[in-house]
Amino acid sequence: MIAAILSLTVLGILLGFGLGFAARKFAVEADANVAAIEALMPGSNCGQCGYPGCPGAAAAIAKGEAPPTICPPGGKALVEALAKLLGIGVDLSAVADEGPKIAVVQEEICIGCCRCLKECPTDAIVGAAKQIHSVLREACTGCAKCIDRCPTEALRMEPVPVTLQHWVWPKPRQDAPAWA
Amino acid sequence: MSAQILTAAPLASPHAHAGGGVSLVMAKVMLALAPATLYGFWLYGWPAVHLWWITVLAALFGEAFCLRLMRRPALPALKDGSAALTGWLLALSLPPWAPAWLGALGGLFATVVAKQMFGGLGQNLFNPAMVARVALLISFPVAMTQWVAPLPLGSTGAPDFVQGLRIVLNGIPNLDAVASASLLGFAKTELSRGIDLLHTTVPALSFVGERAGSLGETSALLIAAGGLALVWLRVISWHIPVAMLAGLAIPALVAHAADPARYLAAPTHLLSGAAMLGAFFIATDYVTSPNTRLGQLIFGAGCGFLTWVIRTYGGYPEGVAFAVLLMNAATPAIDRLVRPRIYGRDRRGKPLET
Amino acid sequence: MGLMEKFLALIEPAHWGVHPDDRKRPAADAPVRALPLPERLYVPLQQHIGAAARPIVLAGQKVKKGQLIAEAQGATSAAIHAPTSGIVTAIGEVTAPHPSGLPVAAIVVEADGEDAWIETESVDPFALPPQEIARRVAAAGVVGLGGATFPSALKLGLGLKAKIHTLIVNGGECEPYLSCDDRLMRDRAPEIVDGIRLMLVATGAQKALVGIEDNKPEAIAAMAAAARPFREIEVRPVPARYPMGSEKHLFSELTGMEVPADGRTTDLGALVHNVGTAFAVHEALRHGRPLVERLVTVNGGAVAFPGNIRVPVGALVEEVLAFAGLKEEPARLVMGGPMMGSLLPHARVPVVKGTSGVLALTANEAAAHAPGPCIRCSSCVRACPVGLLPLEMSARIAAGALSAAVDLGLKDCIACGCCAYVCPSRIPLVQYFNHAKGELAAQSRAQLRNEAAKRLAAARAERLEREAKEKAEAALRRKAERMAQKAAEAAAAAGKTPESEATA
Repeated sequence: MIAAILSLTVLGILLGFGLGFAARKFAVEADANVAAIEALMPGSNCGQCGYPGCPGAAAAIAKGEAPPTICPPGGKALVEALAKLLGIGVDLSAVADEGPKIAVVQEEICIGCCRCLKECPTDAIVGAAKQIHSVLREACTGCAKCIDRCPTEALRMEPVPVTLQHWVWPKPRQDAPAWA
Repeated sequence: MSAQILTAAPLASPHAHAGGGVSLVMAKVMLALAPATLYGFWLYGWPAVHLWWITVLAALFGEAFCLRLMRRPALPALKDGSAALTGWLLALSLPPWAPAWLGALGGLFATVVAKQMFGGLGQNLFNPAMVARVALLISFPVAMTQWVAPLPLGSTGAPDFVQGLRIVLNGIPNLDAVASASLLGFAKTELSRGIDLLHTTVPALSFVGERAGSLGETSALLIAAGGLALVWLRVISWHIPVAMLAGLAIPALVAHAADPARYLAAPTHLLSGAAMLGAFFIATDYVTSPNTRLGQLIFGAGCGFLTWVIRTYGGYPEGVAFAVLLMNAATPAIDRLVRPRIYGRDRRGKPLET
Repeated sequence: MGLMEKFLALIEPAHWGVHPDDRKRPAADAPVRALPLPERLYVPLQQHIGAAARPIVLAGQKVKKGQLIAEAQGATSAAIHAPTSGIVTAIGEVTAPHPSGLPVAAIVVEADGEDAWIETESVDPFALPPQEIARRVAAAGVVGLGGATFPSALKLGLGLKAKIHTLIVNGGECEPYLSCDDRLMRDRAPEIVDGIRLMLVATGAQKALVGIEDNKPEAIAAMAAAARPFREIEVRPVPARYPMGSEKHLFSELTGMEVPADGRTTDLGALVHNVGTAFAVHEALRHGRPLVERLVTVNGGAVAFPGNIRVPVGALVEEVLAFAGLKEEPARLVMGGPMMGSLLPHARVPVVKGTSGVLALTANEAAAHAPGPCIRCSSCVRACPVGLLPLEMSARIAAGALSAAVDLGLKDCIACGCCAYVCPSRIPLVQYFNHAKGELAAQSRAQLRNEAAKRLAAARAERLEREAKEKAEAALRRKAERMAQKAAEAAAAAGKTPESEATA
């Protein structure tokens, strides 16, 4: 009886040490490479995350100070890519992502002040003084930096319109289980 | 005209269906089980009938209880017939005069623990009926091995409806008068007593059920007929049954030829115990068997071979349930290793060379 | 390996695909009718794979039937022509024949009722060089009429590049209900054969194999008779089995070869074209007529007089159905066949070049049924013509593990619908796969966009830096200039002072 208890205890301790040793010895280094993270990020340095630009955010994510979900322009795709890179699981449903958005100029309010042009990190707004400005849809990253610069609130964030080329089949509903 | 929106959400193709559904599949399986079951009812009389319906009801109740607990509508799920079939198969594997509580506990265990706790229909790793049978066998070895000799309905001394109910509820009075051993149990006992099989009278085979045993093993012939009907109806394919019976028969044939005193003959193996029931109705369970034909052959052969090993060398006289459960555990691995070849790729998934 | 394959063939005889009830008759046997010319035609600019065509007409302009109204734009695109004579009333949007119900840009042509063709020249097309044939096919806006709507001229050009020896003509038409190809082969076999001969010239192929499912004996007979004078064209009946009309499957059936997963039939020296495309090529080269109308099968339980109707591109499905008559309100409107066709949001969508059929299905036919849990019966595995595990892939996609589904072969899926057709639990497997494919495409688009944004941001940073540098340089220059000026002034002053002193 005692022999059995003792032998099992010893066995348990030995195996536990074995496991602990293996866990340290063969630990997979999470590749928290700042450069690799930065490469994934939009690079528009919009500052919506609260860090000084994308390099700052990348450093924070690498250190584990910021979650991989802090980047609004990156959206779900970025979160997934980061989760894969860092080897962590992320609850995607927590990511508020109503789909990509872009800035749109309301022509009737724009006064052509050119302030937004200077703010745009990707030069996505074109225009000249006293001319109505316009946003290049393909170049806008949706960072929303221009919104606050507009003195007449002529800029608005709008969802990227769904076209036939971009439409995605909805996932079949599963909440209603099966036969219900 | 028809300019109005026809459907709110977009539906993907196809806009046609081959017909049929889950409940139809289950209904066909039940139909195939019916002749052997009815024959078993006749053979063992009212106690067997009562045990059968109690077990089926318990299985249904277990399913409904879990669904209510998850706030899902129970009725549609019960209608698909899978829970009833589980209860039915379990009842067929119990001693026909087993007490009602055994059937009820088994039925509940099958649907609650072995099925719904895994996530319900299609999610269970192990065959629910066999999980319940093994759980009962381990927990209540005495009750699970009290076989009775057949006492057909209408024969003298056969219990009537009320007497049957009483037997099921209160136990068998005067047990020794009716008790009998199943063939496999008998052989195992004799061997363990040191008597070899050549010097004992091995009871007759249970072609049509002249032997003691569970409802599902007494008539191997009717079970096999039902199974063949399922193959013909294309509910199941021949792969698992053939592989399982071959996996059982081939080692039996070889071993019996080498030492008939120690090993039972192949026909004995095939026609006794739950071999037929297992090959046609239990191992072929869609949920717990592999996806591909080759995988099914491996699975079936494994079930058959393990059955023979357990029957021959194990502590229990019968091994179908254990064998099926062990192979159930191997199913995900088989499915991972055996995959169909994708068009334009080799078996490893690399594109073909031009 | 060979032994293993033989064993596998023994335990599971080749069994891809399904055998759906074909429901092609009586529609297939009814003579072809022509749709009365609608008042307005809504001609979408995107009726093909690739970039949308660019309109070259203005609202109010008069057009003739067959006149180019939108030209191909970019490498992969197709020209669009006026389907009848009349006036362009608008260039706007119309609901696309697509399950999303999203709009597509379209040119609206109001018919003048004369249906007058453009002036067409008549040349001997066999005197033309292959490139010229391909050019004329492109000018006629011919696209693959089997359903993929890939610009045909590009495919013909591919043939010249890729050393094609066999032209495979797809007369499979394996979709249930549809019979437009069947009807075309019965009625227009000589024209199709002519088109095939032209395509042989255009591709440089030596022979043509016409694969026709054996449930179309009349079409086989007509095509065999028409092809008899030409030794290079062979008509081959193939077993009726869905999806026999899939390019790769028909190719394998006819040649016994298998197309590698990352390749095309052209890698193996074969090019596959539909019979309807062959007819369109004939029309384009013999008569100079662009692709402005096609044969459309109108079928389904709700249709009173099912059959094949000649419909101009741009006619509304509503008008086509009204012409064929409806017995009852359809539960589902489908464009194309029931296995791969698109559900239509409503009937006010135009018929396009790729419209092989319009189905008005009753509730009974559409077999709508709430899905149940998967029972792992593996019917789908058996039905899949590609050898995939639909049940495993859909489970991964349902759990959001798209990359796991890709590992299982999602990208090899041809969306034929066999799996969902046989599923006893009625799981919308194809929708799972469509969703996953779309989601993956969206992800890679987002990735590209991200990279582009990064390039733009870098370019801007560089620009700002350059500007700052230039500014600094300019400032320095100006300063230097000022200094120089000052020095000069000082020098001048210095020079002046002694002078003035001197003068003083």
